[in-house]
Amino acid sequence: MRGPALSSLALSAAEEGGFQPPTISETHLPEIFPWMEPWGEGFGKNMLMVILAVVLIAFLFMWAIRKQALVPSRAQFLAESGYGFARNTLGRDILGEKHFKPWVPLLFTVFFFVLFNNIFGAIPFLQMPTFSHAGPAYAMAAIIWITWVVLGFRLHSVKFVRLMTVPSGVPKWILPLLVPIEFISNFLIRPMTHSLRLMAVMLAGHIIVMLAGSGAEFLITQQEGIANTGLGIVVLLGSIPLYFLELLMMVLQAFIFALLTAIYIQSSIEADAH
Amino acid sequence: MISTALIQAAEYEDANPLFPNPWEALVAGLGFLVLLFIVYKWIYPAFEQAYENRVEAIEGGINQAEEAKAEAAALKAQYEKQLADSRAEASALREEARAEAAQIVAEAQEKAASESARIREQAHAQIEADRAAAAVSLRADVGTLATQLASKVVGEALDDDARSQRVVDRFLADLDAEQVQGAAQ
Repeated sequence: MRGPALSSLALSAAEEGGFQPPTISETHLPEIFPWMEPWGEGFGKNMLMVILAVVLIAFLFMWAIRKQALVPSRAQFLAESGYGFARNTLGRDILGEKHFKPWVPLLFTVFFFVLFNNIFGAIPFLQMPTFSHAGPAYAMAAIIWITWVVLGFRLHSVKFVRLMTVPSGVPKWILPLLVPIEFISNFLIRPMTHSLRLMAVMLAGHIIVMLAGSGAEFLITQQEGIANTGLGIVVLLGSIPLYFLELLMMVLQAFIFALLTAIYIQSSIEADAH
Repeated sequence: MISTALIQAAEYEDANPLFPNPWEALVAGLGFLVLLFIVYKWIYPAFEQAYENRVEAIEGGINQAEEAKAEAAALKAQYEKQLADSRAEASALREEARAEAAQIVAEAQEKAASESARIREQAHAQIEADRAAAAVSLRADVGTLATQLASKVVGEALDDDARSQRVVDRFLADLDAEQVQGAAQ
């Protein structure tokens, strides 16, 4: 929808040799090892960063807790604080004292996997949040959706569908309208919003950073005149608060993604309670 | 220039950000599952263990302190009891000693009294015996001496024993009577 307007804008600008904004295609960098090319894609930066996140999280946390010291070192304290956040804020406070223990590994992994992959977007040279690509975000949301549904069916068998679609305390005549809405909202839209929320925020942040960078570069190096250079510097300076806003968004999105995971699991565990 | 812009616009349509790269999705999903496995297998138990250890150490410390306190209280009670016991024992011993001492003193007094009585008795008996012996010996000697004296005074032998004996006896009887009278007076 932005396509035509943007292309006409680019068209008029291009005639004057003007600024060409970076496109979403540019967020997909060339493949590093194109050995999977015949099947569609090669081994890209995105995949490399997923593996990096797995290795980093596993290594950092295992290294920090290797001593299990009663009086923790700084690293162990930091790791324990992070673990405690996932365990207590995401797990215990939402799932309840009775049920939270078995879900701590999942919530911990979801939170830190998303967090690390998001933070990659703020680190120079890596400079790309993994979840700005739809694929990884869909995969994560799918895994959590499957967990939620399987858990619901295991705890409540077929009744789970009724519990999820028929709200209690609603007049009977409104049910034919409400049940399809509830079904679509809970079973179809939920994983979509879960993944797209993360992906859209990461992609938007990524594009803003790219736009600010390339815009500033264009204004400073390609254009004549002190005013344009000054404008470029202003853009560059403006991108600094944007960077921190992005950093906040990265942490916040990781938290929201993990929080929603906890809330979905809670809704499965206590489906018959409300 | 125009063509590049158009191509870019076209590419824009192609690169729909909602359309996933399935391989990226697969790698991310597998990566997540691998990490989940690692967390489940090693990280989660390690952190929980550390947490448990800390709780145990703190609660153990508190328990230990309480145990030590209870032990100290028990020891104190024990010592106090022992002290009271020993005090009671000492006072009992003192009491016993006092009673014993009194008994010893009483016994000694009694013994001394009986001894002195015995000695007095003995002395009395001795004196009595001596007096009796002296009296007997005197009675014999006084007779003889008096007879001799009388014979010397009279100038005649008063060898007639029977007669002189009678005289002496009479004399002595008189003497005794006088003595009795004197004593009565």
